[in-house]
Amino acid sequence: MMTTDFSPIGTGARVPLRIGFIPLADAAALIVAVDKGFAHAQGLDVELVREISWSNVRDRLNIGQFDAAHLLAPVAIASSLGLGHVRVPILAPFNLGLNGNAITVTTALHAALLCEAHGDLADPRVSAAALARVVAARKRKGRDPLTFGMTFPYSTHNYQLRFWMASGGVDPDEDIRLVVLPPPYMVESIANGHVDAFCVGAPWNSVAVDLGIAYILHFVSEILERAAEKVLAVRSDWAERHPELLARLIKAHAAAAAYVEDSTNRAEVCRILAAPNRLAVPAEVIRRTLDGRLKVSPSGDLRASERYLLIGREGAARPDPVQAAWLYAQMIRWGQAPMSRDLLEAALGVFRPDIYDHILGAASGRGAAAPRDGIGAFAGPPFDPRDIPGHLAPWRIKRAAI
Amino acid sequence: MTGEVPLKILVIDENPIRRAILDAGLKDAGFTDITLMGDTKGLLERIYAVDPDVIIIDLQNPSRDVLEQMFQVSRIVRRPIAMFVDQSDRATIEKAIDAGVSAYIVDGLKRERVRAILDMTISRFGAFERLRAELEETKSALKERKLIEKAKGILMKNRGLDEAAAYALLRRTAMSKGKRIGDIAESLVSAIDLLES
Repeated sequence: MMTTDFSPIGTGARVPLRIGFIPLADAAALIVAVDKGFAHAQGLDVELVREISWSNVRDRLNIGQFDAAHLLAPVAIASSLGLGHVRVPILAPFNLGLNGNAITVTTALHAALLCEAHGDLADPRVSAAALARVVAARKRKGRDPLTFGMTFPYSTHNYQLRFWMASGGVDPDEDIRLVVLPPPYMVESIANGHVDAFCVGAPWNSVAVDLGIAYILHFVSEILERAAEKVLAVRSDWAERHPELLARLIKAHAAAAAYVEDSTNRAEVCRILAAPNRLAVPAEVIRRTLDGRLKVSPSGDLRASERYLLIGREGAARPDPVQAAWLYAQMIRWGQAPMSRDLLEAALGVFRPDIYDHILGAASGRGAAAPRDGIGAFAGPPFDPRDIPGHLAPWRIKRAAI
Repeated sequence: MTGEVPLKILVIDENPIRRAILDAGLKDAGFTDITLMGDTKGLLERIYAVDPDVIIIDLQNPSRDVLEQMFQVSRIVRRPIAMFVDQSDRATIEKAIDAGVSAYIVDGLKRERVRAILDMTISRFGAFERLRAELEETKSALKERKLIEKAKGILMKNRGLDEAAAYALLRRTAMSKGKRIGDIAESLVSAIDLLES
């Protein structure tokens, strides 16, 4: 799409932009920026295109059919490193969401985990150890391995599931089957027994619980306190050619993220997101996600977390290169990428707090409640982005030769 | 195809008509080993069973993301599969995505062997899209004609006009408001529906 940078705000024609998204709650800042007029106020005329797969979003961004996209943070990095696909450098100057996924298990697996739990299952150390015992028992009895669903090979979901189960001694490539499952098929797959568990974003976990067929075992914020989930992604060359448009886009998103986080706007935000051409799920289900108060069992038990999904608050919108380094470290750990200084630098260069600060003014950083290393994993030593070998060394289960 | 092992082609498309069109096109082009797949249950296992050299999938299929897993270290699918279009093939990927299709091939397969398949697929997908657009147009033209008939009926009944006069009134109104006659008919019909409901 051809765009020009010469239309001053408030005068003349608005600049048309086409932006792709997947219907998920963490597209909130993007959708509200467009539907509540924040993009319009910045002189942008955004056409939102609802997409069906992350592959489509990535490809349409890469070939220029989209000017920007709601994208999985690890896909932005993989695309920039040329992993598994054509190398197209991507920039993430605005983080659309931290956390927001959950691990959901069938009622049968939940019961099995409860039997094997030495302590509170809500503690990921306890649940990972219980999973290891369930897996071992199935192996002894000669039963098929458990099947876990996640959304994409380069997804936070994939790394969160792997990090959690491997810490308990379960090898995600050897002891279970870990398969990609499109989010709209997740609930059906748990209902017909094709998968025993999945890790996915809102609203699919709640939908499965509401049907009485599954339990939410963990919010992923119990695995990692802060994990970059979705980013606003643009091609590097687009950003270079259109710095003014990029600035307007980021300003519109910052205003929208603040609007979303103001709880007095919650009903309106949920109404906007619930629309048939946006998420197309009931506003009440979206509300649970934004409130961070979810029904976690078919009988109606609630679990609340301040960290369930962060859109803008506590510095969530500011891209954090530590997150990029952690994601790259997981790509190395699971055999998706080799370890190299150049690739690390390229991964760090995807997340651009400098652009964010330049456009929005000096930012306040992560916020007081954030973990000191920026990640806050439930297991292992603190993460140091300058020492990825040190991060990988303690783990027995890995595909990397470190 | 002479002298070479025939390529095994897997077509994954939920649309039965387009699937059939593609199947016929591939057979016309001399390919014989074609597997068609409509639903995508247990996709990876089935791909492993078919063991295709080329996979063609429509872009409206969410299972495209499942195929991406084949690039990964995987115990289910042992043969590495890479997307056909690489850096040097930007024009092809653009054409394919415009047409609404994506293709994957087994790593190491010679490009010229799959070129014909991809070109054919892109052109058939494009033709199908045009056909669908024409069908939509025909459908909406039919709907408009029905609306105009209904609006004429309303005017004849309420204003005591004959058919030609009713049509002339609709046309005059459309012209004076700068609208299409179908739009005027639709407004009239929905207004009457509202009043009579």
